[in-house]
Amino acid sequence: MKLSVNGQEHEVDVPADMPLLWVLRDVIGLTGTKFGCGIAQCGACTVHVDGAPIRSCVTPAVALAGKQITTIEGLSKDGEHPVQRAWIEADVVQCGYCQSGQVMAAAALLKQKPAPTDADIDAAMSGNICRCGTYQRIRAGVHRAADLMKLASLTEEPTHVA
Amino acid sequence: MWPNLSKDGNADLAGVIDELAGNLRVDRETPAETRIPSRRDFLKTGATLSAGLVIACFVPLGARRAFAEEPAPAVAKPPPIPPNAFIRVAPDNSVTVLLKHSEMGQGVWTSIPMVVAEELDCDWSQVRVEHAPAAPAYAHTAFGIQMTGGSTSTWESFDQLRHAGATARAMLVMAAAQKWKMQPTECKTENGFVICGTHKASYGELADAAAKLTPPDGVALKDAKDFRIIGKPTKRLDSKAKVTGRAEFGIDVKRPNMVVAVVARAPVFGAKVKSFDASKAKAVTGVVDVVQVPSGIAVLGKHFWAAKQGRDALTIDWDLGAGTALSTVAMREDYRKQARTPGVVAKKAGGVDAAFKGAKPIEAEYEVPFLAHAPMEPENCTVEIGKDGADIYTGTQFQTMDQALSAKILGLKPEQVRIHTTFLGGGFGRRANPTCDYVTEAVEVAKASGKTVKVVWTREDDIHGGYYRPMWVSRMRATLGKDGKPVAWAHTIVGQSIIAGTPFAPMMIKDGVDATSVEGAADSPYLESVPAHLVDLHSPSSPIPVLWWRSVGHSHTGFVVESFVDELAHAAKQDPLAYRRALLPEKSRERRALDLAAEKFGWGKPLPKGHGAGIAVHQSFGSYVAQIAEVSVDDKKQIRVHRVVCAIDCGPVVNPLTVEAQMQSGIVYGLSAALHSELTFKEGKPEQSNFHNYTVMRLNEAPQVEVHIVPSTAKMGGCGEPGTPPSAPAVANAVFAATGQRLRKLPLRLA
Repeated sequence: MKLSVNGQEHEVDVPADMPLLWVLRDVIGLTGTKFGCGIAQCGACTVHVDGAPIRSCVTPAVALAGKQITTIEGLSKDGEHPVQRAWIEADVVQCGYCQSGQVMAAAALLKQKPAPTDADIDAAMSGNICRCGTYQRIRAGVHRAADLMKLASLTEEPTHVA
Repeated sequence: MWPNLSKDGNADLAGVIDELAGNLRVDRETPAETRIPSRRDFLKTGATLSAGLVIACFVPLGARRAFAEEPAPAVAKPPPIPPNAFIRVAPDNSVTVLLKHSEMGQGVWTSIPMVVAEELDCDWSQVRVEHAPAAPAYAHTAFGIQMTGGSTSTWESFDQLRHAGATARAMLVMAAAQKWKMQPTECKTENGFVICGTHKASYGELADAAAKLTPPDGVALKDAKDFRIIGKPTKRLDSKAKVTGRAEFGIDVKRPNMVVAVVARAPVFGAKVKSFDASKAKAVTGVVDVVQVPSGIAVLGKHFWAAKQGRDALTIDWDLGAGTALSTVAMREDYRKQARTPGVVAKKAGGVDAAFKGAKPIEAEYEVPFLAHAPMEPENCTVEIGKDGADIYTGTQFQTMDQALSAKILGLKPEQVRIHTTFLGGGFGRRANPTCDYVTEAVEVAKASGKTVKVVWTREDDIHGGYYRPMWVSRMRATLGKDGKPVAWAHTIVGQSIIAGTPFAPMMIKDGVDATSVEGAADSPYLESVPAHLVDLHSPSSPIPVLWWRSVGHSHTGFVVESFVDELAHAAKQDPLAYRRALLPEKSRERRALDLAAEKFGWGKPLPKGHGAGIAVHQSFGSYVAQIAEVSVDDKKQIRVHRVVCAIDCGPVVNPLTVEAQMQSGIVYGLSAALHSELTFKEGKPEQSNFHNYTVMRLNEAPQVEVHIVPSTAKMGGCGEPGTPPSAPAVANAVFAATGQRLRKLPLRLA
């Protein structure tokens, strides 16, 4: 079957029930997406499919033929996505194992809601467990990323003359 | 004696551990001079490596290349990094700090290099970090083996690494002085340059020349007032790698021709394989082999999914043994009975029996459950056995033990087992255990299969795999004097020893008392003001392997002591803050932390309707932490923690951002235990298996945590663990303030 990951086509020969997570990690070799629970409880395996966040540990890869899969490796070229920049600024990470999933979940949230409220953040991010307890900084990081995106959009857009 | 080992049938490993025990020590009071590498050590190490290179603490890349070109006597691999090499200055001006500690989230990847960079006077933006290999020179200065734990990393290496940095700086200065024909005293350093009058050279330019010099003895260290890095809020050096997915954890390791294994382990502790049928497992597409190892049956596959499907297809006939009788309901009843009988005395003064005679003591019984560490990265280990030794790639807190036990299994010398420490996806103590279970098992699988293999645990394997925080019951009794202060205090503790049967036993079990079982209780500062007091201990055994879990014994004693003191304050009709202040010595570090937390919280000020505030203060790992939690309870009786104000006195601070992050982290870890997590056993089997029923705190419940650092020049303590103990009692005390219900069992559940 063919999978499109981070804009690249991959021809993979895998069992029909094999979750995307293990195709990414053990077949294609993209290990940034993490295994935490295997039952869609922790969010460490979050990737985007056509821009929406999914749990790759319970999603069979065969279901994703023809769709655009984005992993943490494909979110930006070198960490310049606003969420990644905000995470670095806010010193969010600790052990870092859950953070690929946190960053992907936050990026998907901001795509939907460029200025999320705390309640929006609760709704979008509570499926992602962090045992190091970086939640408070994740929340701050999401708000900071929203600010960075707003700043970027202001500088990119032509100035309107009143 | 070795219940955990007999589980795996590896009793012969006990001998190795006994040998290792000879190197072990527990020495919080290590004299500073023994932590500092002497010039003789530098020279000795250098001499074993290459006649031309005498500076082991300081190995420029040029020099490394030079001896890589020498004929390799035994090993056709790059030369080993010198055992006590902490610093490598390269011609491109980069400074690589070889980190002897394991980065598991606690921030040593940043805070330890800060210590080196301060004395080296290098450019912080040029600092790189690598995990050091396993070697004797990287031994913990107080414990004697290479390991990370006990909230010790910063204080145990502070002097050692300052000296390493200062020695390297002195050598760069000497090299510059020789080059310019000046005296070293005429030179100064500044941000990675040596400067002398009009001369200026970067460290990179001087590195090769410096490497040829003899390290000086007795280098001067900076005065603390001149620190420009230590004490300054400094952002993490591992952030970018961790937000781009590039950071390599053990589970991400790839080696040539590597296969992945998933192991079927005993469903009940102590069970043994009677027979097994692997035919269905072998029929799974991608399964390449099935081997029996001491811990169970390993299925090897081309990838995790094949190995996992193969593991699930195994048919195994287990001899379950006596373990099926195990039930936490029964254990709890037994513990509660034992709590009413005298135990082994851990601390005693006056006579509590006489004091309680005829009085009606205030009594309370507290309970905490078994807990899994549940780090986000499930256990895993990659083993590659070669002709000249073996390479082990894993996230570990226990390098020396991993190396020694693996060498024993493989019939190698420890130095032939090369430990490659990756980032750890959380540790919390789980990745430091006396049998190195997940490492030795992977070694067994590699040995039995003859393949390079990565053994990966599932989350269920992790939750069921043992090495839990023990279940504890505490019975408290006290009588109060006319002033409301306790005049008699008795604390009986019941729970499994985490130390019995390990190499740590000779040092940490004295007269039948495991120091980790009673820490925070027998040394409670409140006891000093109580004329008659007793702390005694029962240490029942069970087949359940137990281990240190973030904050170790303090994870139960902090909850018990700080809840009970709160009960006494209310019995005495006194304010919980004022009561604690009255019991604690006036200039105690506990009181300073309490006062700062109370001031920042606004203790005593009105709270929103339905909210309650609770306070706790607890010393652990040399740091004094006070917390005040503000909670409310909703219609469904769910406890909501709105905010926690935390004050810590940990002595001199290397990186305030690390302290803040570790307090926030320790508090959330403690709140998971306070509000959610519980591991129970029925018929020998754990009743929880994954994050759906072994629940932990999530983002929507996480409180705002404010951290305040007490300015302090007192003895340096730790930060990884001390944030955890006060969080559960602060919340329980706040729940009492909000509802009038005194909850004495974790996780907290309102009636």
